[in-house]
Amino acid sequence: MRADLAARRPARDAAPAPEHRPGRGRRIALTAGLLVAGVLVFLASVGTAMTLGPADVSLVNVRDVVTNHLGLSQIPVRVSEDAIVWQERLPRALVAASCGAGLGLCGAILQSLLRNPLADPFILGVSSGASTGAVLVGVLGLGGAAVGLSGGAFVGALLAFGFVLLLARYSGAGTGSIVLAGVAGTQLFSALTSLVIFAFADSDETRGVMFWLLGSLEGMRWDDVRLTAAVAALGTGIALCFLRALDAFAFGEDVAASLGIHVTRTRVILLVLTALLTAALVSVAGAIGFVGLVLPHAARLMFGQRHSRIIPATAVLGAIFMVWVDAASRVAFAPTPLPVGVGTALVGVPVFVLLLVRRGRRA
Amino acid sequence: MSLHADRVSWRRGGALVVDGVTLAPQPGQTVGLLGPNGSGKSSLLRLLQGVSRPDAGAVLLDDEPIQAQGRRSVARRVAAVTQHAETDTDITVHDVVRLGRTPHRSLFGGGSAADETAIRAALDRVGLTDKADRPWRTLSGGERQRAHIARALAQEPRELLLDEPTNHLDIRHQLDLLHLVSTLEVTSIVAIHDLNLAAMFCDAVLVLDRGRAVAAGAPAQVLTPQLIRDVYEVDAEVTHDPACGRVSVSYVLPAR
Repeated sequence: MRADLAARRPARDAAPAPEHRPGRGRRIALTAGLLVAGVLVFLASVGTAMTLGPADVSLVNVRDVVTNHLGLSQIPVRVSEDAIVWQERLPRALVAASCGAGLGLCGAILQSLLRNPLADPFILGVSSGASTGAVLVGVLGLGGAAVGLSGGAFVGALLAFGFVLLLARYSGAGTGSIVLAGVAGTQLFSALTSLVIFAFADSDETRGVMFWLLGSLEGMRWDDVRLTAAVAALGTGIALCFLRALDAFAFGEDVAASLGIHVTRTRVILLVLTALLTAALVSVAGAIGFVGLVLPHAARLMFGQRHSRIIPATAVLGAIFMVWVDAASRVAFAPTPLPVGVGTALVGVPVFVLLLVRRGRRA
Repeated sequence: MSLHADRVSWRRGGALVVDGVTLAPQPGQTVGLLGPNGSGKSSLLRLLQGVSRPDAGAVLLDDEPIQAQGRRSVARRVAAVTQHAETDTDITVHDVVRLGRTPHRSLFGGGSAADETAIRAALDRVGLTDKADRPWRTLSGGERQRAHIARALAQEPRELLLDEPTNHLDIRHQLDLLHLVSTLEVTSIVAIHDLNLAAMFCDAVLVLDRGRAVAAGAPAQVLTPQLIRDVYEVDAEVTHDPACGRVSVSYVLPAR
């Protein structure tokens, strides 16, 4: 019988057709080229975004302001233009870019780790914990001025994440129970936030907190840029050490374990990383939605399923995307600013639909 | 013998799921793990893989407890095809097989020439070379199992553990798959439900019942009506075919 089967299928032992796979060198060159292109598009986007807004600033002015501040030139520029670009628009754009990169990255990691396409950086309760922390400080005055909205938000975010991890641990610690614990935590802290707002806040305070909750880049300073950029860069660097592990999770934990991955250790490190990253970004710029959910999918649709591509692509795409969203939300209803979280969805959904339709045509 | 379970016991959720089982396959053999649902086949495979720790006894890999060795180093010698290994991502067959290179690759190093050679050899071995660029979701059940086996082969293991690899496959694909497994150059340990398939393709079988090993040896010696009655609670007739030295089992409905 064995001989029969072998005889019936002689083709299986025949020599395989020669394959034309791009060699390793070419693949690296391609990846490097794409990265350089991404960075150039990012810089062009930031430059262009600087010129948008009620006050007219030309691209040449922008270049002069930036090179002056970097000490590369000493070109006379009007003080107002210098202030608009260097003190207002540039810090905003760079915080927006860092948030886009960082939140996108967290979304990509969590979607792969939890094997859930609906996972986003806020799935483990971080943003709703941040909002509770922020309203406790902003509305009830807990901790006083020393803590500030951001401090309150950061502490709240970490407390919520800790709560969710504990809950997950006592409910079995599988990926399913992590997600469910995240849902429970998110609901609990959202309810606490609403409770504080309804019970204690007047309408001005409510409006202020709501605005912040939807994500706001108003009044960003260079301190904020330094913090968010450092956090996003560090997060990207650590994520790059886990590319193999993230790939290996594609078929679940059993397969990852059989491939030699330390499943529990990897999961704990990456969950804590995404929580810290998200908490830091949210405490500066509020809960900017949509980026972390959709940008990783966009990166997958454009560059395939390998994390060596998904992770850098998501970070770069997220940064570019948020620069444009920030510019649009400054300009659209000027002088009234639009919360950035509203802008992300308004700009992002059409782009995403386009990508989905393209994929549908190909399949 | 490089992978070997020595009187292992494992208590899981209060119940003793593996109870003093010893398994020592000869190199290159195909060993069938038989037994009813819940008899401990999957649990024994988890112990043999080193992902779970036995409460008593030891799993030895190259004469050292498997738990004491690094996970990556174990994964270069022991590969597993587990049940329910599915994905929603649009991963291609080539990239699935490439996962098998995970334990061989350093943190940052890209794919080496050795990786690509191992991937091609594995794809070729299971007959999926021409489907390397197909996305996972377009594969049939049989092709998915073959892709998983190719992924395991790309690990270049000496031992291959398979948990019910013929589940949900039609009879031709079951025969094809087990023929493939039994002709691989590695030691294979296969949990399997179908006694006739086990008799056809396994060099030896180990029968588990409620966690205990109740019989072991060549299928023709082990698969007797009495054993099938005792373990599966089913009446069966076993016929020997002297031409090929194989047994076949036919089941008898209980008279009601």
